[in-house]
Amino acid sequence: MLPALIPVIPFLSAFILMLGWKQLSRAAVAVIGCGSIALSAAVAIGIAAQFAANGEQAIQQHVWTWLQAGGFRAGVDFRMDALSVVFVLVITIVGFLIHVYAAGYMHDEPDYSRFFACMNLFVGAMLVLVMADNLLLLYFGWEGVGLCSYLLIGFWYKDPANGYAARKAFIVTRVGDTAMGIALFMLFQYTGTLHIQNILESATQLWSKGDPTITLIALLLLGGAVGKSAQLPLQTWLPDAMAGPTPVSALIHAATMVTAGVYLIARTHTLFELAPAAQTTTAVIGAITLVLAGFSALVQTDIKRVLAYSTVSQIGYMFLALGCGAWSAAVFHFVTHAFFKALLFMGAGAIIVALHHEQDMFKMGGLKKQLRAVYWVFLIGSASLAAIPFVTAGFYSKDQIIWLSWSAAGGHVGFWLAALLGALLTGMYTFRMFFLVFYGDIKTKVHHRPGNSMMIPLYILAVLSTVAGFIELPHTLGHVTLFSNWLLPVLPAVTVLQESAILEWTSQGLSALLALSGIGLAYAWVVIHPKGMVDFLEMPAILWFRGFWARGWDFDKLYDVLLVRPYVYLSRINKRDLVDKLYTGLAQLMQWCHHMLARTQSGLLRWYILGVVLGAVAILSVLIWRIYI
Amino acid sequence: MNVHPTTAGMLLAGVLFVLGLISILVRRDIIFMLLSVEIMLNAAGLAFVVASSHWGTADGQVMFMFILAMAAAEVSVGLALILQLYHQLKTLDSDEASKMNG
Repeated sequence: MLPALIPVIPFLSAFILMLGWKQLSRAAVAVIGCGSIALSAAVAIGIAAQFAANGEQAIQQHVWTWLQAGGFRAGVDFRMDALSVVFVLVITIVGFLIHVYAAGYMHDEPDYSRFFACMNLFVGAMLVLVMADNLLLLYFGWEGVGLCSYLLIGFWYKDPANGYAARKAFIVTRVGDTAMGIALFMLFQYTGTLHIQNILESATQLWSKGDPTITLIALLLLGGAVGKSAQLPLQTWLPDAMAGPTPVSALIHAATMVTAGVYLIARTHTLFELAPAAQTTTAVIGAITLVLAGFSALVQTDIKRVLAYSTVSQIGYMFLALGCGAWSAAVFHFVTHAFFKALLFMGAGAIIVALHHEQDMFKMGGLKKQLRAVYWVFLIGSASLAAIPFVTAGFYSKDQIIWLSWSAAGGHVGFWLAALLGALLTGMYTFRMFFLVFYGDIKTKVHHRPGNSMMIPLYILAVLSTVAGFIELPHTLGHVTLFSNWLLPVLPAVTVLQESAILEWTSQGLSALLALSGIGLAYAWVVIHPKGMVDFLEMPAILWFRGFWARGWDFDKLYDVLLVRPYVYLSRINKRDLVDKLYTGLAQLMQWCHHMLARTQSGLLRWYILGVVLGAVAILSVLIWRIYI
Repeated sequence: MNVHPTTAGMLLAGVLFVLGLISILVRRDIIFMLLSVEIMLNAAGLAFVVASSHWGTADGQVMFMFILAMAAAEVSVGLALILQLYHQLKTLDSDEASKMNG
């Protein structure tokens, strides 16, 4: 089977939906929109099966030569190796489930077809991103998903706030994309190619470990990844991106697009291994982000913003793993995160719809009895996010990262402590949300229950959020390494410095204990002592911190002062085009001369005669001067 | 004071020319301006005649015949123009005919 089919099918259906948006009925749109992703998922599964059976290194397909100029050649070439297969499977399968859910969720929307066209376009672009064989095609997919993200955040474009959020997302990620673009130029300058495999091969010969050039390139690539994956310092766009419809948040801003940065770093891991400084930076960014975002998630009132900050935090874990050299652990966390975060977002969407588009958690409550099915799947998702030991996928993936952030070659005790703090925070904010929504008094009545097309994807994801963890178990618990073995041809195994079962047990025990105590704290505050919680939270110092964290550590304000306002100020000064002044001045001078000359044309005959006489005298004087003197 | 006849003739021609020039500049009456032009033409003609007598050739006198013919033509055209001008503007002041200004 042809790998190119996987992205081409969604592109085609997006095209059909764009052209026929007025002719097609709602049912036809839903069938085309979901069917294309299902088809693409089927092809992906087929190729993955073939891949696993043959034990090949990679399946390659050359579609056509895109650009050729001098020594530069970039083709539309697809390459599927173990890493791509993992991403492609997650994108198509989770994407399909979200599409099915969206068919129900968006049912009353007037722009049904536009929505599915953008979603399909997104899936196509994302697949191009992860299947591209050269960095230019990867960049094409990278920008494509950025565009779709913009289109879908601003899907309800009639509200100016949504348009603002969309522009913010686009512009902030553009900062990272620029860095990535420069990295591509530099890579081409030094290696003469943009073909990923060739770059990775020649990099080890071109640069020694710690060479400044490769460090700069890796840092620029990291800049791109940071922008796309909403990590410090470019994390500010993701919480606002929740302005889009909930299936969009689930697909783009939780499961797939925001993990493109993780993919990019994993894909170019050889470059990062050559640049230890850049790798450490990755880990530091991940560690700081996961803690900051954890605190922010703790104080949000909007259910989708909690999930947005938790996404930032979980991707922080992935970056931490990448920075420590635990490549497959990062990808493993991506997989489980895609499952449980999509589940949580869609569960939140089901609640929001049931409560007539109410997103404030403090206006929810007591939904346990009324939305029993949603309660159970949401519980499974929350448990997985909070990493409840043994039964959830989130536990196995996150625990691996926590342990490796200390024991791996690039690890550090500080990273480990940050990861543990993150585990406590995750437990707290996840279950604060959970208890606020499902326990306590009923504050808003349920208007209608989610239908089957919305619930079935949730059930499937709930199963996946649980069983996906069992493909990779730690040394202490069964030692299953199906997942890391699968990735071994692409991503090297992590170098563990301290191979100690006791320490690993301690780490696991601690993280489990912290997650559980986080849940316990949330339970105590929200369910047992809501009164005590309110008193505590109303203390002035706490109030200040709550506001500070809720505003995302005031990064928006900082960027407003540092960047937005100076820019607006400069553009206001330059409103009259300062640079243009030279040219308008020249034109004005000419105009002045013109007026002066026009004045001499007075219409008075005698003045003209005088002019002729003076001219004649001048010419004669010159002639006489030349002849006699 | 003994002046060479050629020099005297040339000086006379020059003085006549300058007088004509000055009057064309200071006079506003267009008929006087036409007269001044005639004076300047005749000054030029005188210079030709003086020069031809100086060199002892007939060229300058032939040239004066041309000047006379041209002056006659010029006066006929000029007078026609002046009549039209007077017809249009009811005055002979040349400064009044200044509509074609910048």
